[in-house]
Amino acid sequence: MRITRSGAGRRRRTAIVATTGLTVTALLLTGCGGSSDSGSKGADADGNITLTVADFGQFGYKEAGLFEKYHELNPKITVKEDTTAEEKNYYPKLLQQLNSGSGLADVHGIEVGRIKEIADTKADSFADLSKVIDVNEWVSWKAKQATAPSGAVIGAGTDIGPMSLCYNRELFEKAGLPTDRAEVAKRTAGGWEDYLALGEEYKKKAPAGTYFMDSASAMFNAVVSSSPEQYYDASGKPVYKESASVQKGWDLAAEAASKKLTQGLAQFEDQWQAALRKSTVATVVCPAWMAGQISTYAGDANKGKWDITSAPGATAANWGGSFLAVPKSGKNVEEAAKLVKWLTAPEQQAAVFKAIGVFPSNQGAYELPDVKSATLPYFNDAPIGQIYADGAKSIPEAVLGPKDGVIKDSISTQINNMEQRGTEPDAAWDAAVRTVDKAIG
Amino acid sequence: MATTTPTRDAYVPPPRRPQKEKPSERRQLWRSRLWRFDDKASPYAYIAPFFLVFGAFGLYPLLYTGWIALHRVSMTGLDSMEWVGWENFDKILHDPEFWTSVSNTFLIGVISTVPQLLMALGIAHLLNYRLRASTFWRTIILTPYATSVASAALVFALVFRADGGLLNWTLGLVGFDPVNWANGHWTSKLAISVIVIWRWTGYNALIYLAAMQAVPNDLYEAASLDGASRWQQFLKVTIPSLRPTILFTIVISTIGSMQLFGEPLLLEGGTLGATGGNENQYETLSIYLYNYGWNLGHLGPAAAVAWAMLALLLLIAAVNWLIGRAVRTSDSAVRRGATR
Repeated sequence: MRITRSGAGRRRRTAIVATTGLTVTALLLTGCGGSSDSGSKGADADGNITLTVADFGQFGYKEAGLFEKYHELNPKITVKEDTTAEEKNYYPKLLQQLNSGSGLADVHGIEVGRIKEIADTKADSFADLSKVIDVNEWVSWKAKQATAPSGAVIGAGTDIGPMSLCYNRELFEKAGLPTDRAEVAKRTAGGWEDYLALGEEYKKKAPAGTYFMDSASAMFNAVVSSSPEQYYDASGKPVYKESASVQKGWDLAAEAASKKLTQGLAQFEDQWQAALRKSTVATVVCPAWMAGQISTYAGDANKGKWDITSAPGATAANWGGSFLAVPKSGKNVEEAAKLVKWLTAPEQQAAVFKAIGVFPSNQGAYELPDVKSATLPYFNDAPIGQIYADGAKSIPEAVLGPKDGVIKDSISTQINNMEQRGTEPDAAWDAAVRTVDKAIG
Repeated sequence: MATTTPTRDAYVPPPRRPQKEKPSERRQLWRSRLWRFDDKASPYAYIAPFFLVFGAFGLYPLLYTGWIALHRVSMTGLDSMEWVGWENFDKILHDPEFWTSVSNTFLIGVISTVPQLLMALGIAHLLNYRLRASTFWRTIILTPYATSVASAALVFALVFRADGGLLNWTLGLVGFDPVNWANGHWTSKLAISVIVIWRWTGYNALIYLAAMQAVPNDLYEAASLDGASRWQQFLKVTIPSLRPTILFTIVISTIGSMQLFGEPLLLEGGTLGATGGNENQYETLSIYLYNYGWNLGHLGPAAAVAWAMLALLLLIAAVNWLIGRAVRTSDSAVRRGATR
């Protein structure tokens, strides 16, 4: 074989040119990928549009068949839902998507514990829905929660969480407690102290392996959310250390833990779901949306065993509730806003309420027969329309803060530690404060 | 006909057909320059892609993380950074949770790495024998390594579940009370170590096996002539020959256990996973970083944790190097003594 210098050199040069060419092409391709399809307005040749709705937990649109219905009404529009099971995983992802400006859906669900932070810091990224939707239809405080400093309303209220008490009739009967709604309400009419007293009575004759409540953190949340002042004061200063409602909720939770009235489960997680499936808890503090969770996880086997009555002391509180927001960067902002308007209109909110018991935030829905005279078959035909509508009217207007979600989570974790590990209340409180201060700081 | 082979140092004019016109002197000079340039520059062009990629995805993030660590940045406002100097480092160094996660990381690192490497040595030794279907065994041994962290962790999460977990069920058959594995301080670390050991033992065994097969056979022959048993051969021939490889696996495992993230995150999952258990009993440094940055929303301290991790790794590397040097010098002293 004969190798000449020039031959080898030429081959080498070709290789360089080829490599450089490839590199440049690769760089160009990756560099331009992001913007190549920005001009298409998101519709295909026939004008068909696919809208994506990113949410978490259970919004009830699938259960109520609303997306199919919207497609029937607007044949050119298909709606896809992308659901993350836990809000705690969903929210950091949403922030990342907002920061990078990519991966956002056309419509995003936002939980009430986060709405203040989003409204304060990310309002520019969302469309002002007050131009499309009449926000005065909602319960008054709902619109305020989603209003940015600039006055734009960045989220449409989907639901609110008026408080009630869910209880397992079968377990109550076995423990010798009354099972009738009015009777249970009467026994807890004095408030949460009565509720704990009822728990002690339950414990005396409790069926083996069952507990009066699933988690004291739920009671804590109920107590705090019944107060106008929660974790922040009106000027935006965190006051959770001095807040009377936090103090009261914490003390009650500590009492429940020390008296071993609770199973001490982290709500919504595996073991909590299993406890519902196996009916080891007799009561669950029940904001309206909780009913859907219970029926999902307790399953068909426990249908009819549960019931709903008004919250201890007829507590008027709002726990939870969400918003739908439309990112400005979407390709179909206008269509997405129309979808949001439709989804949060009285009829659709009533349909969701009927399907999974999530209570409307739109006051127009309260007079609809689907809401007013609604009963939940799963819960022994409890008249939830009446129970929740009564509570919804007197809910105080709460002051929200940017870190409400994290504060609630951190305190819940420590309440679980008191329940499960017997951590001393003071030590648990210090640990909660450490985490919360880190989040605020 | 003359045949030339390319050399790297000088320009050798290419053979020309004599009947053709001579290229001008200038052109000759130009070609020579171009050739030299090609010779000097093209190696850089060849390795450039690595450095470009490393710069973009390795060095730049590293430096930028350092920059973030000196600022106050929250997840909700990435574009508004406020200079705070060393405050973030101060913050994490005064956070007891940070030190908990440092000690957790080390404890889990030790109880996962030590048994893992010992087992890997043993398995490699067994595989080094003449076996029937040896390729099959070697492949089997490596399969855990090929599974993703997430799926392995999720499967083990089912095994270690307090309520209806496979392990508790088995223990129940033998008459033990169920153990809440993830809840205990030691049991949770043990559970995580088991996942790590399961995943990485085969990988290390294969590395050891490769090194063992490179050990010259006459060493063993000589040893057996001297009357050394199999076990003595393993201790006196195999282990010393494997020393560089063992050092390598120790370094790799140390880095790996420093970055331990998926296993603790998914052992319980959800809220508890993101804080490393309800009392941070299995929170590793990576979990601490993730929790600070993504759940609590403060990227400054999170970046500071990343740099603290780097500092710790460098510290470990230094200790490793010192030990390695000490072993080498004592070793060569022994050898010198033997030849004398």
